Amino acid sequence: MRARFFWPLAVFGALAVLLAAGLRLDPSLLPSPLVGQPLPAFAAPALRAPERLLDQRDMHGQVALVNVWGSWCPACRAEHDILMTLAEEHGVVIYGLNYKDARPAALRWLADLGDPYRFNVADYDGRVGIEWGVYGAPETFVIDARGVVRDKYVGPLDATVVAERILPLLARLEDEAARNG
Amino acid sequence: MSHDMRINAQAGHGRRAHPAATRAPRRHARPASRNAARRIAAAALGALLVLAPGALPRAADAPSEAPSETARATEARYLNLLKELRCLVCQNQSLAESDAGLAGDLRAQVRRMLDAGASDDEILEFMTARYGDFVRYRPPLEPATYALWGAPYLIAIVLGALLYRRLRRRAAAAKPPSA
Repeated sequence: MRARFFWPLAVFGALAVLLAAGLRLDPSLLPSPLVGQPLPAFAAPALRAPERLLDQRDMHGQVALVNVWGSWCPACRAEHDILMTLAEEHGVVIYGLNYKDARPAALRWLADLGDPYRFNVADYDGRVGIEWGVYGAPETFVIDARGVVRDKYVGPLDATVVAERILPLLARLEDEAARNG
Repeated sequence: MSHDMRINAQAGHGRRAHPAATRAPRRHARPASRNAARRIAAAALGALLVLAPGALPRAADAPSEAPSETARATEARYLNLLKELRCLVCQNQSLAESDAGLAGDLRAQVRRMLDAGASDDEILEFMTARYGDFVRYRPPLEPATYALWGAPYLIAIVLGALLYRRLRRRAAAAKPPSA
């Protein structure tokens, strides 16, 4: 007789746990299949010097962050100070992908808020973004010295993510690069 | 986690009011003119049907009388691909349905690849390599998706077995106890 009550209760309990766990997952955060792959090839003008054409080889040689941003994106504003800190205090190399932005607005943004980027790739129509599997902004890739994507963070960077995920990974990649000469 | 602050590539997505919604109150206010308008529209439509059976949209198009067989096949492939691909921003819409800016960009990408002569598989492979299995409404069968594809069958088998057992018990109980 007990089993009759036990089983429905057990099934209910299991479902409740499963669904509760599901509620905590964020469906808008998707794993990137690019982790472990070289950052896909692209060719696009530089933001500051539009006559200069950049490609993926310009991002090789150093462990770096590649940050996707746009002046239209409030969440990018939220993470901007963190990028400034990373560049100025930690000496992190940051490349930017200025995603679906207008050049004057992007330049004004950098003039007003500071420029943490080595250079920015201007992706006016979002085609470089498609090559990289970008589906919004901000997104931040961590690439190693050979230009292979080692991590991707979707959403604005915050102090916790930087301290617990980004900086340790960058340190590990620097070690790796030093060992490989 | 402030992912909710994250703004997607297209500002107004989802907030755009449907034009019909804003027009609705006025429609109710003047039923008479509405009927008149409807009659005129019906007459115009009737005239169109009689005068130009199916030829009108094509006439504006090109000197050639009909779209070629290959152009029509490409169009069908395009529409089919859009249904197979998910919009990453509005995740429960396909590329065919979504109004988001990214969906428009991805549609353009599919179009460019079709025009460049890519096969359907090449296009799906291109999208999967960049956006992951999630971009496809029918992800491939592989270890990470075994649960996804297998769960419905598993549930059907378990429920079937339970039902079978219950029915057998009931049949046994209904039988008069043998002496």
